[in-house]
Amino acid sequence: MSFTANITISLKEGMLDPEARAIQHALSNLGFETETLTTARVFSITMDVPTEADARIRAGEMCERLLANPVIHSYEIEVLK
Amino acid sequence: MRFAVLQFGGSNCDHDAYHVVHDVCGVDCDLIWYKEGIGREYDAVIIPGGFSYGDYLRAGAIATRTPIMQDVLAHAGAGRLVLGICNGAQIGAESGLVPGVFTTNEYPKFICEWVHLKVENATSPFTTKYRKGEVIRIPIAHKEGRYVVPPGVGRQLLDEGRVAFRFCNEAGECTPASNPNGSELNITGVLGEDGNVLVMMPHPERAAEGILGSDDGRRLFESMIAHIENQ
Repeated sequence: MSFTANITISLKEGMLDPEARAIQHALSNLGFETETLTTARVFSITMDVPTEADARIRAGEMCERLLANPVIHSYEIEVLK
Repeated sequence: MRFAVLQFGGSNCDHDAYHVVHDVCGVDCDLIWYKEGIGREYDAVIIPGGFSYGDYLRAGAIATRTPIMQDVLAHAGAGRLVLGICNGAQIGAESGLVPGVFTTNEYPKFICEWVHLKVENATSPFTTKYRKGEVIRIPIAHKEGRYVVPPGVGRQLLDEGRVAFRFCNEAGECTPASNPNGSELNITGVLGEDGNVLVMMPHPERAAEGILGSDDGRRLFESMIAHIENQ
């Protein structure tokens, strides 16, 4: 069966996010004052596996082995049919 | 004695490292395309600077997952020397040869400038030609060079003598103003647990001849050579 895993990789809480800070500053220059702004990266991956649970396990392995660096990142996985 | 310099798609300081080892220091050196693997024993492996795989995903992340890095881990595990410079430092950290990660500079722009480094450890295989506390001049060129470690680890590395170099000012003071990228405790050269791995963001190969403005980097390679000769 085909499943889509949407994987969101973000910086761990408290980690300095220089890109977010720069974007927040640019928004401020345009008149948009914001309280907080965080960035994240989303990977949308389709795969042919027997069950939704398998898709979740595979996606987790992808995060652990390549997509995230555990020193600075956390990740969330959403699996859709 | 023979050195190897690895080449990944996007490496661009490979020939500079080769030039210093082979032409300046007079040591045999092979350039190894990553797909070839490390087919024989080398005394030292250098992972050079550049932008392996365009730094897609994260600096060094993709190069780290190529099969040749298993050869590098085996080489390091056998106690032989590994030097990671700039992108090589990012690869070294991604592969777990040293703790932490090198990520986006505190001020997120590409920095290319001369910096001062304080030699924190002058007994490692990479630093015996320096004096402890000596201030040297070597250039940096990176956008993702901010050294990040879990809380407390930076201090622990310093206490354990696993920090080779820290950013400092001309007087040798490691201040926030002399920290160009926001690295933890100004750390920019980290030794592996057994001391036979060094990763660093500054480019010693770009400061290995007087004509380049400094030859302070040359002593790093000479330290490696002396270490190998004395084994």
